[in-house]
Amino acid sequence: MTATQPEALTFDCETGNYHTFCPISCVAWLYQKIEDSFFLVIGTKTCGYFLQNAMGVMIFAEPRYAMAELEEGDISAQLNDYNELKRLCDQIKRDRNPSVIVWIGTCTTEIIKMDLEGLAPKLEAEIGIPIVVARANGLDYAFTQGEDTVLAAMAVRCPEKAPEAEKEDRNAMQKLLNFGRKQEEIKAEAAEYADHPPLVLFGSLPDPVVTNLTLELKKQGIKVAGWLPAKRYTELPVLEEGYYVSGLNPFLSRTATTLMRRRKCKLIGAPFPIGPDGTRAWIEKICSVFGIEPQGLAEREAQIWENLADYVELIRGKSVFFMGDNLLEISLARFLIRCGMTCPEIGIPYMDKRYQNAELVLLEKTCQEMGVALPRIIEKPDNYNQLQRIHDLRPDLVITGMAHANPLEARGISTKWSVEFTFAQIHGFTNARDILELVTRPLRRNAALQDLGWDQLVQETAKV
Amino acid sequence: MKLAYWMYAGPAHIGTLRIASSFKNVHAIMHAPIGDDYFNVMRSMLERERDYTPVTTSVVDRNVLARGSQEKVVDNILRKDQEETPDLIVLTPTCTSSILQEDLENFVERAQIDAKGDVLLADVNHYRVNELQAADRTLDQIVQFYLEKARKHGTLPEGKTEQPSVNILGMSTLGFHNNHDGTELKKLMGELGIEVNQLIPDGASVHNLKNLPRAWFNLVPYREIGLMSAHYLEREFNMPYVDITPMGIVGTAQCIRKIQQVLNQQGAAVDYGEFIDHQTRFVSQAAWFSRSIDCQNLTGKKAVVFGDNTHAAAMTRILAREMGIRVVLAGTYCKYDADWFREQVGEYCDEILISDDNGAIGDAIARLEPAAIFGTQMERHMGKRLDIPCGVIAAPIHIQNFPVGYRPFVGYEGANQIVDLVYNSFTLGMEDHLLEIFGGHDTKEVIHKGISAESGLNWSKEAKIELNKVPGFVRGKVKRNTEKFARERGMDEITLEVMYAAKESVGA
Repeated sequence: MTATQPEALTFDCETGNYHTFCPISCVAWLYQKIEDSFFLVIGTKTCGYFLQNAMGVMIFAEPRYAMAELEEGDISAQLNDYNELKRLCDQIKRDRNPSVIVWIGTCTTEIIKMDLEGLAPKLEAEIGIPIVVARANGLDYAFTQGEDTVLAAMAVRCPEKAPEAEKEDRNAMQKLLNFGRKQEEIKAEAAEYADHPPLVLFGSLPDPVVTNLTLELKKQGIKVAGWLPAKRYTELPVLEEGYYVSGLNPFLSRTATTLMRRRKCKLIGAPFPIGPDGTRAWIEKICSVFGIEPQGLAEREAQIWENLADYVELIRGKSVFFMGDNLLEISLARFLIRCGMTCPEIGIPYMDKRYQNAELVLLEKTCQEMGVALPRIIEKPDNYNQLQRIHDLRPDLVITGMAHANPLEARGISTKWSVEFTFAQIHGFTNARDILELVTRPLRRNAALQDLGWDQLVQETAKV
Repeated sequence: MKLAYWMYAGPAHIGTLRIASSFKNVHAIMHAPIGDDYFNVMRSMLERERDYTPVTTSVVDRNVLARGSQEKVVDNILRKDQEETPDLIVLTPTCTSSILQEDLENFVERAQIDAKGDVLLADVNHYRVNELQAADRTLDQIVQFYLEKARKHGTLPEGKTEQPSVNILGMSTLGFHNNHDGTELKKLMGELGIEVNQLIPDGASVHNLKNLPRAWFNLVPYREIGLMSAHYLEREFNMPYVDITPMGIVGTAQCIRKIQQVLNQQGAAVDYGEFIDHQTRFVSQAAWFSRSIDCQNLTGKKAVVFGDNTHAAAMTRILAREMGIRVVLAGTYCKYDADWFREQVGEYCDEILISDDNGAIGDAIARLEPAAIFGTQMERHMGKRLDIPCGVIAAPIHIQNFPVGYRPFVGYEGANQIVDLVYNSFTLGMEDHLLEIFGGHDTKEVIHKGISAESGLNWSKEAKIELNKVPGFVRGKVKRNTEKFARERGMDEITLEVMYAAKESVGA
């Protein structure tokens, strides 16, 4: 690595020839998150084959998702889209009785211009189940952006004013928070909430993380009025004009835009609560918007870092290369640089500089404070070129998709499979250790196997 | 439109990619949107492949939708031609390019002008064929391309090899135990004194394809992939082929006898009778197994078989003919080749099911209640739900079906492997059944305070006996739930009454 330190972050754009998951994969975690939903992916065998293989054993657990597999008659419009969809949705209603059916539009529905947004309201009125349309296709989006398209469509469905539902929602949250605790503890902890406008958080996270982050804000006297998405479609949060919203994940720019433009909410642009540094910055930003003086955050962060010391020790001074496939890359790189790593390159499918602005500023600041070179940020990377750079740089760790992980390992380059960061719990103070657990795993494995002398397992080296 | 939760055979392009990436130094370029390169993940994970999968995408995005691919596909072909100097680049259409109806043929022609390697467009239609049919077609296409090229250049080698020789057609990447089968077949051919001229496509070079006609005959071990090429070679070069799957003792013998016939017709004068007899009776364990008491105990037991044509047909015959097991249902998802399947298994099973709907198969299994299932990973999971053991015999498969150890399904060693698979499936089922009848392993009273006593709660003798009647796999849960129930109510002894009360309250 060169020692030059550019003044500001550099952004490049390559050919977009990279490996990532198709955005319809969001079905895998969203159907589990939204318990009363049913996801219908309207596409071809190709889509089905991807989902079937990507979801592994989940597929056998009677998932609440299915393919509406298009046949030649659908493509050539010999069959009527509306009648076909009605037949399938009737069957879904009969077999599963969901509270919402989410139609996932795919590349094929785009190309044949199937008017899903137009068909949905008619069919919805006819069968009496809300139908939400999300165009999560590979023509426009990568991997986690699928969730963004679904949540943006759901944001429009959030009730405008429903005081009763809101009350219940909060009770449900309260119950969740108090689960398993004694009455006295709850009383002792019941701090007064500060007087602030309603705050709704958006981004699909596992329930334990939701609880955890809600509690984190509660410590600062901030009340979370609701989450998009909630555990059930019927519990979508109220969104009135003037509500504040804050995103939990870096890939939710369409949702943020929809909340601002269509629901007239105010977006709190903050770094994302990934890593203790990110979590602290996130809470501080929300506090500052509400004019609240944050309490005990510095101590909390310091204590978390103390708990991470053994893992940080393992990665300090090592380099990490992000090939880029899930849009978590900026936040993860920022956290890892704070842990003492260097990062020559951050590949990322799509970079929304406005939505991620606060995160980018924190990344820059982190690099300066840690005295490391600013990474190159490569939007729409080219995997072939990246492999050449990886073979030149020989980073200590490459965070990449499964298509490249085994071949890189065989060439003596340690890898971590990037998709795991999407499915692991990585948000908040508490889960910082989980991120490092993932990041250090290849390094710990290498330590266990060192001196065996067989880290190069292909005969020709460095040929891509 | 069809409501589908699961599919047995993948989309067409997967078949093309399986063939292309099986060859050495052949690169496939998919004309597809971002995310359709999932094949690379499967190959890298399932096959635990050390090398980069030679498949890239010429990305179809919004711009392509608006203006067409224009120079993009040609540029991508030429770029790959330069970067990796492959012998052949196969442009692979997907469902997306099927609808876009771009003139991919034209792109290939244009790219061919400047490319050093060869460029081909895979002749597969997403909406007409599945993975297996596409693989068969692509292999045929590549074979034809190189033989015609050699003919045109006058480089086709003359005549046959001196010794009897064979081409083995259809071994490919991501095929069920294909690499082990390849090794076993080579070994078998060696023992028969037959030279393996070429094994394609796995690990083969396209430059050698012109030598295919030098072999005395072709062997097509799998029904799904390779037959089209064999037909072509028969048509053009008058090469006979053997398409009997050498799976099971009888199947292997039939295959070898057919090979003998084919060689003798060409004047080889071989007699494999003694070899077959010796292998069957003294080397392989499968024939002996079918006479042994173990196998006697399986007589008349009910089994359901489901898979691709090759494996489901072979397993049905092995179970019925070689082990005396009653196959109550044999099925295949190769609907396009259903007649062949019916003809193959007709006399060996009670019922035939031709379907690619996993729901229909699940229902049939539930209705028939077999003692064991032999199917794909999907049937394995159905078996789990219904408490019926399952041996996996065909794709779709998971990573555990790509064993590192030697596990062929064909030839004499394959027959041994199948014996283990069948026997283990049935005994597991029996063992489970016996445990249920006699109330589990732990029927003796616990006389010392071990791990089981650490809860601090006393279990009365009756309650303990009752607990041991609970099937093993839920016993721990029942124990925990009962103890929790007792603790919450401040009870220190668990009697039968407490157990039942706990069961009623928590459904333990």
